[in-house]
Amino acid sequence: MSTQLPQQESEESTAEEAAEPAATDHDHEHTGGPRRDVGDKTTDTEHEPADTEDTREIRVFRYDPEIEGKQEPRFDTFHVPFTRGMTVLDAVIYARDNFDPSLTFRHSCRQAVCGSDAFFVNGEQRLGCKTQISDLEEPIRIEPLPHQDVVKDLVVDMDHFYEEMEAVDPYFDPDETPDGELEEQRQSRANREKVKMSTRCIWCGACFSSCNIAAGDNEYLGPAALNKAYRFAMDEREGDGKTQERLETIEQDHGVWRCQTQFSCTNVCPKDIPLTEHIQELKREAVKSNLKFW
Amino acid sequence: MYEHDVIVVGAGGAGLRAAVAADEAGADVAIVSKLHPVRSHTGAAEGGINAALREGDSWEDHAYDTMKGSDYLGDAPAIETLCQNSPYEVIQLEHWGMAFSREDDGRVSQRPFGGLSFPRTTYAGAETGHHLLHTLYEQVVKRGIEVYDEWHVMNLAVTDEERPEDRHCHGVVGYDVASGEVSGFKARDGVILATGGPGQAFDHTTNAVSCTGDGQAMAYRAGVPLEDMEFIQFHPTTLPSTGVLISEGVRGEGGILYNEDGERFMFERGYANNDGELASRDVVSRAELTEVNEGRGIEDEYVHLDMRHLGEERITDRLENILHLAEDFEGADGLDEPMPVKPGQHYAMGGLETDENGETCVGGLYAAGECACASVHGANRLGGNALPELIVFGKRAGHHAAGKEMESAEIETGQRGEFERATVDSPVELGDPGSFGDAVADGGAVAAGGTADPDTLLEDAVEAERQRIDELLNTDGIHHSEVRSDVQETMTAKVNVFREEDGLKEALRELRAARDRYEDVAVQDPSTTFNTDLLQTIETRNILDLAEAITVGALARKEFRGAHWRAEAQERKDDEWLKHTMLSWNEGDPELWYRPVILEGENKEYEPKVRSY
Repeated sequence: MSTQLPQQESEESTAEEAAEPAATDHDHEHTGGPRRDVGDKTTDTEHEPADTEDTREIRVFRYDPEIEGKQEPRFDTFHVPFTRGMTVLDAVIYARDNFDPSLTFRHSCRQAVCGSDAFFVNGEQRLGCKTQISDLEEPIRIEPLPHQDVVKDLVVDMDHFYEEMEAVDPYFDPDETPDGELEEQRQSRANREKVKMSTRCIWCGACFSSCNIAAGDNEYLGPAALNKAYRFAMDEREGDGKTQERLETIEQDHGVWRCQTQFSCTNVCPKDIPLTEHIQELKREAVKSNLKFW
Repeated sequence: MYEHDVIVVGAGGAGLRAAVAADEAGADVAIVSKLHPVRSHTGAAEGGINAALREGDSWEDHAYDTMKGSDYLGDAPAIETLCQNSPYEVIQLEHWGMAFSREDDGRVSQRPFGGLSFPRTTYAGAETGHHLLHTLYEQVVKRGIEVYDEWHVMNLAVTDEERPEDRHCHGVVGYDVASGEVSGFKARDGVILATGGPGQAFDHTTNAVSCTGDGQAMAYRAGVPLEDMEFIQFHPTTLPSTGVLISEGVRGEGGILYNEDGERFMFERGYANNDGELASRDVVSRAELTEVNEGRGIEDEYVHLDMRHLGEERITDRLENILHLAEDFEGADGLDEPMPVKPGQHYAMGGLETDENGETCVGGLYAAGECACASVHGANRLGGNALPELIVFGKRAGHHAAGKEMESAEIETGQRGEFERATVDSPVELGDPGSFGDAVADGGAVAAGGTADPDTLLEDAVEAERQRIDELLNTDGIHHSEVRSDVQETMTAKVNVFREEDGLKEALRELRAARDRYEDVAVQDPSTTFNTDLLQTIETRNILDLAEAITVGALARKEFRGAHWRAEAQERKDDEWLKHTMLSWNEGDPELWYRPVILEGENKEYEPKVRSY
């Protein structure tokens, strides 16, 4: 299945203006109806912490293709005790370990480098581990990344994203390397600086999920893969022939020219990579190189 | 069943490097990993890679520093192998395009790191591991190496001869996280474990939640001895609320530690009169905790790490990632204020016993990276020595498993050569009488007999795992997270930087109780789709075995060496303890033994000296 439920479509368009109305849409759709016992627990007052405790309300998307009651997507509400510094990831971990062990999401490093836990939080792609609960309006809606098939709960199928990443020859390919085993290829500080931001990508898929073009064109390489191409195309250690080849790859029908510079990818990137700028620069390089061959 | 020449388990730095090496040696190699490769915890390494690259430096100096850092518990052949090969492997990464930080002349930059006599730490900003991991994965993609990602390895298919040294590993059993399919992966030539460390045995750790020591625990139960497990590195600069790591690079660049009274305690309180903040990690961690324990900590919990004097330009150029981490995970602006830091579990020096080619005593079974113990780090690992270990020993294991001709190893494995048997003074029964009935379902060696053919062995192992999963899914009981958090709290409270006999014995009692509770554990999510509840339940079993091994080693070793400090014996005892702590699973009845340290190097004997900084 896909997160592109009809109601989510309409919600996406409203999310930018106001998160509130969108949330009520979902209330109606997904929190009613039969629930599994684990879901019930979370709404029972006995499973809410004591009144004196400061809690936050999170509403988490639930889906499992083989479990009765979860085959129809729904939202479960959890009241999670708030502690200073608590992140969205901390909150879903708490909900899983204390309320419902079947609550499923990817996570690993907890420090914004493994890129596992990109979720759709209050209508925006964010890394769960890097998003402070205190910065969010309640109830906090936590959904899987839009525009990717949902495997279960907050887990999406990343295969398509990986395929695009691997479609741009995502590896360094110089014409030659120095003869001496201990001899370095020199790279200027300026050139390293130029590619620096592009090398920070953690493959979280937030940009890809935020991109309207990628949503509509299944073959569009998307911002992350184009950024990966940029990383190598701009590296002075690769030869001109290889750079030309890379520019041809990104100039294909489903390459850079599809980008409409909406900046949604740049806005959601948790590593602050100027993705849109990189794509624009690739466009300029492609034009320049085409002129050269005229 | 899937079949390849070489199966690599784990896809961090060591696993990826091993796979590339096996591929280069002509083998059909596949990687099986519970995470997609780029999610691996190598990506969180910040500081750098030590390599003697420049004039004025030498592999001999690097080896000397490493041996001294190890507090003379590293084995010279392993240390020298690391230091001789690291420069070539670093330049190999450079040739593969890794985004190293550069000097004005375009060469790879190097910076000072704790315990090093020369600024030999190459780095890529304060995110060296991220770049290393992605660069290696790029090479895996380039070569078209098969990756079974999000396949969780549940067990090894190892024969069940009486002596582990006679056993052979023919493959692994994998569980497809997305579908719940259980399948055998037959390895014609070798299985390489590159599954990382057991950091999740502690609750304040820099390690990812995936660092549950699966490979160590599986191989331990299949007969490979665990070596020097008591040596756990507590990194001196982790953020108090989350355990997120603040790189040693901050101190390497000139960052200063202050206590509540504003004293630069590393000097002013005499912890390290020469090197100050850049003393070895164990020295700095103990100093910080001593300050806190003596009432000079801030909020009775942490100290301050100040880098403001380095200036915005230098910080942004070399340590930018640190600014983000401190801001995002502690709300501190490193340009404007000192950052709060305290020691946190960071690295396991010990691990699966291997020789310098990555081979364990079980035939066809290799280990590399943090899960292995060659032993390079001895009682304390120097900053910047973990990443070169991944690439140097990952490559060697890959080559060896693929059948490439190599020099035979000097280090013995298993109960061969010189060793002595010992007993542990444990207040409780150790090991496991078998929470799932028998050794097979426990993840031990498979009862197929020494003569069983590999296919039958693997089929039996697959069947045993199916049963284990079935049992876990179809019983009622407690949730594993209760057991896991008990273990983590016990370890952090009693097997931490400062250790004493009563506390360690109490820890063993608590671990025993946790094991008993684990027998009643049940998976509550019935799904076969992405069942993380099941996988974490299995990981918790692994954490239990490893937490016990760490504590047993800590109780047995009655001396103070490197990262291991004992209240009852606050000095290094070379007459008695120049030996590795070895623990064999012994079919659920763990056996303690010792093997002498090898201080005899290629050209010289390393003479134990007082380790002062």
